[in-house]
Amino acid sequence: MEKLLNWVDERFPLTASYKAHLSEYFAPKNFNFWYFFGSLALLVLVIQIVSGIFLTMHYKPDAALAFASVEYIMRDVDYGWLVRYIHSTGASMFFVVVYLHMFRAMIYGSYRQPRELIWIFGVIIYLVLMAEAFMGYLLPWGQMSYWGAQVIINLFAAVPFIGEDLSIWIRGDYVVGDATLNRFFALHVIALPLVLLGLVAAHLVALHEVGSNNPDGVEIKKLKDEQGKPLDGIPFHPYYTVKDILGVVVFLMVFAAIVFFAPEMGGYFLEYNNFIPADPLKTPEHIAPVWYFTPYYAILRAVPPILGSQFPGVALMGVAVLIFFLLPWLDKSPVKSIRYRGPKFKIALTLFVIAFIGLGILGILPATELYTWISRVLSVVYFAFFLLMPWYTRNDSVKPVPERVTK
Amino acid sequence: MKKLLFLLLALPTAVWAAGASVPLDRAPVNPHNQESLQRGASVFVNYCLNCHAASYMRYNRMQDFGLSEALIKENLLFASDKPGETMQVAMRGKDAKEWFGVPPPDLSVITRSRGADWVYTYLRGFYRDNSRPMGWNNKVFDNVGMPHVLHDLQGQMVPVYRVEKSADGVEHKVLDRLELARPGSMTLAEYDALVGDLVNYLAWMGEPAKSQRMHIGVAVLLFLGLFYVVAFYLKKEYWKDVH
Repeated sequence: MEKLLNWVDERFPLTASYKAHLSEYFAPKNFNFWYFFGSLALLVLVIQIVSGIFLTMHYKPDAALAFASVEYIMRDVDYGWLVRYIHSTGASMFFVVVYLHMFRAMIYGSYRQPRELIWIFGVIIYLVLMAEAFMGYLLPWGQMSYWGAQVIINLFAAVPFIGEDLSIWIRGDYVVGDATLNRFFALHVIALPLVLLGLVAAHLVALHEVGSNNPDGVEIKKLKDEQGKPLDGIPFHPYYTVKDILGVVVFLMVFAAIVFFAPEMGGYFLEYNNFIPADPLKTPEHIAPVWYFTPYYAILRAVPPILGSQFPGVALMGVAVLIFFLLPWLDKSPVKSIRYRGPKFKIALTLFVIAFIGLGILGILPATELYTWISRVLSVVYFAFFLLMPWYTRNDSVKPVPERVTK
Repeated sequence: MKKLLFLLLALPTAVWAAGASVPLDRAPVNPHNQESLQRGASVFVNYCLNCHAASYMRYNRMQDFGLSEALIKENLLFASDKPGETMQVAMRGKDAKEWFGVPPPDLSVITRSRGADWVYTYLRGFYRDNSRPMGWNNKVFDNVGMPHVLHDLQGQMVPVYRVEKSADGVEHKVLDRLELARPGSMTLAEYDALVGDLVNYLAWMGEPAKSQRMHIGVAVLLFLGLFYVVAFYLKKEYWKDVH
């Protein structure tokens, strides 16, 4: 065994990689609840890839067959219903986990110097994930799949000058049709997952290069013992592997409870209208995207058309997502963690969370006049959180940060 | 915070209720009641399956609720000759469109899009309306193309209207309730029970794996519960030397 390992190590850095990323990767010992969601996101990615592979064995990316092939999976394929529910639940849970993971970075300042690139890779992952989810959602070819895709692709038509051609280029047709379904299938099962895997690798390599942040925002590499190990660091394996198993089990309990007892999640994970086959001639009364897109959808609807063009709304919706990239440079606070920040940041973050959740709810509801006005107010709060950040973080009354991590 | 919580809790009903203004009656759905499913299947095959297909549903799947293949073949196979086939209808879509205005929808997953309560209320909500081509209208689906197929059983209902003032002071007629004008071969209670069985069957057909799903779910959660205990002590053991 020893010999075999040596033989491999002379040709491939197996032991070295194991040490660098697991047994001698020193992580701060004070990770709390919020630090489960990174490894959980990785777990959901694996769940989605594996369940997705089995779905592609039976699914037919053809406008005439797609809906029926999903029902075939639900009825005639052995445990097909289980695979399908795992995949549909996994899609929503991916966003639950990723939103919590992003929120963790925001409260503990994990995006701050020297972790800007980790954050940037992360935001790109989030963008690709949105595209991945959007394209996957077309595949069951139900009414919501169809009209949701129709609405979102039409957003691109609002781009001045090239919009019309752009949207036709995306669809491959004048309306969402067989060509659209076929290319979305290709992008959903091959192109975007490959990109996603590459980005996740880059995200992790960058993380392991600079080391993990922690709830105190203290750099543990500053204080090392005589062997060069951080005083407040513990090896990722076995300490965080056994701890993450605990998180995984709890997560799987929630996951299984949804898959087995409420796979539709009251119409949020699987929408009722999506059990009606796509009908290009019949627009549903009320089209709403799946819950994880609704905050941005609410921002889109909050912006009134200017000179008859929907483009300002579309542009603002795009900016709402892209603005996350700027976070490392907007934040001028001398401290990272919310534990040592002053009241201004805490109030701003609370308002941001209220705005994000509020917009999410409003994006589901029909756009009445009152709701549109509330959406406008919340959209302003959403952007103010980012745009005013340089001011309210610079002169906030921060507390002194300790040398070592606290419990 | 409380308001937000309330809004969140009220949302699922809000999503489904969109578009339906008539209060829906609760359908007696119980996937474990095999006799009800068998009765419902028989109603479905006799009355619905002439115009509506259930093209994702195979006849022999009815073995799941206690029917033998021989029994299915003898009593329930009208439109097909092999129990392994799906429930198709002979009526052509083009003809159907001419007769009813729209082709009758496939019923395989109808309770998953409409909800069992809606279907239950709908099937008990037909009333006489001579202004409609078929002479029938429906209280939850205004100007529906489908005639009241079960009127021999339920009898004929007529609408009773009440006058209501809208916010701008204009008075208009709204449907208050339905009254039995000419009894059918069943009492209304018997008819409700029959529709209850039918809707129970339709709900089952929407997801035949549902009861299996729940059974496996209990086992999976029990396993994860045990796993949690093991994982908890494993973590505790490793972490006792971290201070």
